[in-house]
Amino acid sequence: MTSQPGPAASSAPKPTAPLKPARPRWRETLGLLLRNPTAAVAAALLLGVILVAILDETLAPTGPNEIDVDERLQPPSGEHLFGTDDLGRDIFSRVILGAAVSLRVGLFAVGIALVIGSAIGLLAGYYGRWVDDVLMRFMDMLFAFPAVLLAIAVLAVRGPGSGNTALAIGIVYIPIFARVTRASVLGVREEVYVRASRSVGASDFRILTRHVLPNAAPPIIVQASISLAFAVLAEAALSFLGLGTQPPNPSWGLMLAEGRGYLQIAWWLAFFPGMAIFLTVLCFNLLGDGLRDVLDPRQRTLMGAASGAAPAGSEEGGDR
Amino acid sequence: MSDDVLVRARGLEVHFPVRGQGLRRKQAGVLRAVDGVDLDILRGETLGLVGESGCGKSTLGNALLRLIPSTGGTIDFAGTDITSLSGRGLRELRRRAGMVFQDPFASLDPRRTVAQTVSEPLEVHGLRSGRSERAQRVGELLELVGLDPAVAGRYPHEFSGGQRQRVGIARALAGEPDFLVCDEAIASLDVSVQAQVLNLLRGLQRQLGLTLLFISHDLSAVRHISDRIAVMYLGRVVEIGPAAAVGTDPQMPYTQALLSAVPLPHPALERQRKRIVLRGDVPSPSAVPSGCRFRTRCPYVFEPCDDVDPALQPAGAPGQLAACHLHGVVGTPATAPDGVTAQP
Repeated sequence: MTSQPGPAASSAPKPTAPLKPARPRWRETLGLLLRNPTAAVAAALLLGVILVAILDETLAPTGPNEIDVDERLQPPSGEHLFGTDDLGRDIFSRVILGAAVSLRVGLFAVGIALVIGSAIGLLAGYYGRWVDDVLMRFMDMLFAFPAVLLAIAVLAVRGPGSGNTALAIGIVYIPIFARVTRASVLGVREEVYVRASRSVGASDFRILTRHVLPNAAPPIIVQASISLAFAVLAEAALSFLGLGTQPPNPSWGLMLAEGRGYLQIAWWLAFFPGMAIFLTVLCFNLLGDGLRDVLDPRQRTLMGAASGAAPAGSEEGGDR
Repeated sequence: MSDDVLVRARGLEVHFPVRGQGLRRKQAGVLRAVDGVDLDILRGETLGLVGESGCGKSTLGNALLRLIPSTGGTIDFAGTDITSLSGRGLRELRRRAGMVFQDPFASLDPRRTVAQTVSEPLEVHGLRSGRSERAQRVGELLELVGLDPAVAGRYPHEFSGGQRQRVGIARALAGEPDFLVCDEAIASLDVSVQAQVLNLLRGLQRQLGLTLLFISHDLSAVRHISDRIAVMYLGRVVEIGPAAAVGTDPQMPYTQALLSAVPLPHPALERQRKRIVLRGDVPSPSAVPSGCRFRTRCPYVFEPCDDVDPALQPAGAPGQLAACHLHGVVGTPATAPDGVTAQP
């Protein structure tokens, strides 16, 4: 980090004004987000995971599918950081390679569900009446299927593979996002500021995108961060059933599933991919929480005032 | 009085269906929020609209701006029929007629800065092209309502109620409207701030030549700001006239009772004040009485009141109209009347 840690920061001559619109909005948002210690740590860890996923093979000490039967079921050691599995493959390498698969599936699936589901929920909640009835009954139909069954059906039609797995999981999650969005929109729709916006002539599209969606967003953001976790696990479940990632290719979920049988004699098979899932999911959730807070202007002022008051005195807080 | 009418309502009705509880939710009745309002709002005047809670004042204000669909009657704005306007015409109406809302804490989007809120009409109607021109106009508008243009980048929660209401007024003025409906615009403010906002509105009205419909249940405020006052009861305008006339010499028994409820600031006068206390409650707007709708509570009720729905007719001062049979039986009979004649 910086060469002089403590005093340099507090004796900085310029009085930092966190809410002046000089900087672009997204940078301001990012700055505030990183000021939240939990969110900052989560963001850093996630960045690490993403980096690992991008660099995959250059980081992995051995090929992920290199079988070395003599070395099978070795516990973690200097040679094999995370140990080896039942075929003597290096688990550390496989966890690194699996990052890309798991992240891609998770992000892609939640992306599909978020975009389509929120759009449906937005329209259903805002327009109500028959639009609501038609869209939400269709969502109920999707909801009525057991999630795994629906995913299996999608994969049976489109064939296995990680892209199709993501699509299948995404479709399964669409109704969840539609419901969460609709519920939130129903509340926001009745707000006076929506009526005020209509009274000055704003179009439905403008009202939806500028007023309703931003104000309905917090529960959707939380839902997205939770769904990322479930998507990674759903990928594991589908891989376990032989429909997701195809062996010998690694994915965290698949490794977890494969390691299940060896839990009593070789815990590291399931432990390390499990930890990878756990940490990634935790980071997504913490980041989601931080994002939700930062996007709320009321919280934002509090955070800005609190962090501004600590080093630079009460100048910023006083003029309010 | 000039004939220059900006807003004209004829027989305006806003009826809401009342649905039953059953599975099919059959229509169980009709709630007559606004029930046959005839109203002329003159260009450049401030018309105060008073009445108790639930009498349909706000619904009328919203219906005049086409923010609530009307179910009957016609509305003219500046000579054009706007009753069933849509598309571009409706958008132009939205520019020329604005609204100031009651609760300044609810009427501003908490996620948008003051500048974004105030410039929304500019963007919607393409009134200023370019970011810097809009920012400049927002600054002018904020100054117009007595706010420092430097606050443009702030969010609503950083302001007090009075300041927020000023932002709401700036937004309503951004499209350079001719007509402004202030729907209980000062009701949720502190008393000390009420006067400031009231005076701001009056100043703006004179400065910009606005026509104002000032909806309120606060009679003193209405008397202070209005040129004319209209009184509503159960979805109908029952008395209208110059503010001084309606305020001091009301001709409709309901207005008399309403005015007698206003406390006077002088202790001696306050002790002398005679209160007319009405019997009973306001009938439900889904079961409006036949004949005169005030007859169930009127202290002067006599025969024609049961059968004949009184129309507005000249009473008292010039320009003053009241819907009351005490000034002569005029109106539409509810059932087939047998020989209703004008009272001597």
